[in-house]
Amino acid sequence: MTTIAELPPGFADKVLSAQSTFRSVMDAMARPGSVQRIVPGAGTPDRMMRGTAAIALTLFDHDTPLWLDARMSESPDVVKWLKFHTGAPVVQDSSIASFALISDGGALPPLERFALGTSEYPDRSTTVIFQVDSLDAGRSFELRGPGIDGVAMLNAAIRPFDLFERLRVNEALFPRGTDVVLVADDAVVAIPRTTRIVSKGS
Amino acid sequence: MNAPAYNFAYLDEQTKRMIRRAILKAIAIPGYQVPFASREMPMPYGWGTGGVQVTAAILGPADVLKVIDQGSDDTTNAISIRKFFAKTAGVATTTATEDATVIQTRHRIPEATLHADQVLVYQVPIPEPLRFLEPRETETRRMHALAEYGLMHVKLYEDIARFGHIATAYAYPVKVNARYVMDPSPTPKFDNPKMDNCPALQLFGAGREKRIYAIPPYTKVVSLDFEDHPFEPYRFNAPCALCGAENSYLDEIVTDDKGGRMFVCSDTDYCESRQAAGHHGSLSAAPYKEKAQGGTNG
Repeated sequence: MTTIAELPPGFADKVLSAQSTFRSVMDAMARPGSVQRIVPGAGTPDRMMRGTAAIALTLFDHDTPLWLDARMSESPDVVKWLKFHTGAPVVQDSSIASFALISDGGALPPLERFALGTSEYPDRSTTVIFQVDSLDAGRSFELRGPGIDGVAMLNAAIRPFDLFERLRVNEALFPRGTDVVLVADDAVVAIPRTTRIVSKGS
Repeated sequence: MNAPAYNFAYLDEQTKRMIRRAILKAIAIPGYQVPFASREMPMPYGWGTGGVQVTAAILGPADVLKVIDQGSDDTTNAISIRKFFAKTAGVATTTATEDATVIQTRHRIPEATLHADQVLVYQVPIPEPLRFLEPRETETRRMHALAEYGLMHVKLYEDIARFGHIATAYAYPVKVNARYVMDPSPTPKFDNPKMDNCPALQLFGAGREKRIYAIPPYTKVVSLDFEDHPFEPYRFNAPCALCGAENSYLDEIVTDDKGGRMFVCSDTDYCESRQAAGHHGSLSAAPYKEKAQGGTNG
């Protein structure tokens, strides 16, 4: 059993590391498809990438119910680390989660099981954070929408491989919808609900 | 020793996290007003507490901050906020639009074209564009949910019926990404076209009303109008008296009690850099003469 002393550490500098991580995520969200780097290092519990760990320390707290996929929640290290460093309550019901952490995209539940927000409060929706294999190689995707000057190209190896097809529901749902953050090691790409994606093959 | 120890950029970390989450949702839903738990700031509501909280949540030690009030770097509000962040965050400050990475503004968008590495933070007094047409928050929220914006067009039409043209000169409503009608904060409508397809991220903070909203870069922002009464930006029909600019937004300054007046750029940095580059207006000799007599470079 891991004691608190044995848990991987959080940020060395809580304040400035969180600021720097947030700016990377904000830039990613403001410019969908652009690959941003997360610089500050934190300890990473088993199964969690350093980008995911930094985002968790930056955005999660007791106000943000958190849903973990089976692979994440199976790991007592991950759950303990999140609980100790962020205090975010881990919930079973994905429809009330502010954030969801997905490390095994193959077992992704249907997106409508997450909070999609309401027409009056579309912001009350789950931000789904995926750990993916690569954000610089893999299939090519063409992205359009706010934050993109014309067209942006993204090469990514992600699971589920039909994630972007599933996200097409965002177009009909808008302003409700799912915002997605993709993490591969220290690289982060955001796909807000306004982004329209066309696969260009590999 | 007795100096109070504030956190970096004044706000505590829990507050910053809450504001940061609101900013991310605001960017994901362009033009939608995200409620947030606005804090009391060490300045009164109306002095830009919303913008200050947004700036505090995004600001880092490497940022260069510019603060303008009605286009000017030199007014009380702008100087106070600039000093506030110089003191609490130790960030570099500038008056040059080009050099800034974060620009907090009250009621203007700089004349110089913004670039992709910049964030423009607006101080917003009343974020709800429908508020004066429908005072109930429950109703305006439903109107946004249903994209029911007929009332706003009726208001603009009434302007035309009464004055022959759309008489709204500031806080001119815009539609963001063909969905949400948004209040661009009380900027003059002259600035509205600058919001459209802007390379910089635009964030809006309303402290008293507890709302944050955003326009991502390269986003369609359309000023509401009619086919037969298209939107027209307005400016005084005069060149700047100091730098001769023909295309900048002008302030009217009364110079005596006999009806004398001069028109000068409201954007002080734009005007000063034009003067430094050798542009002159009809009255620009005066300050130079005074400088020579003073015998100093100030």
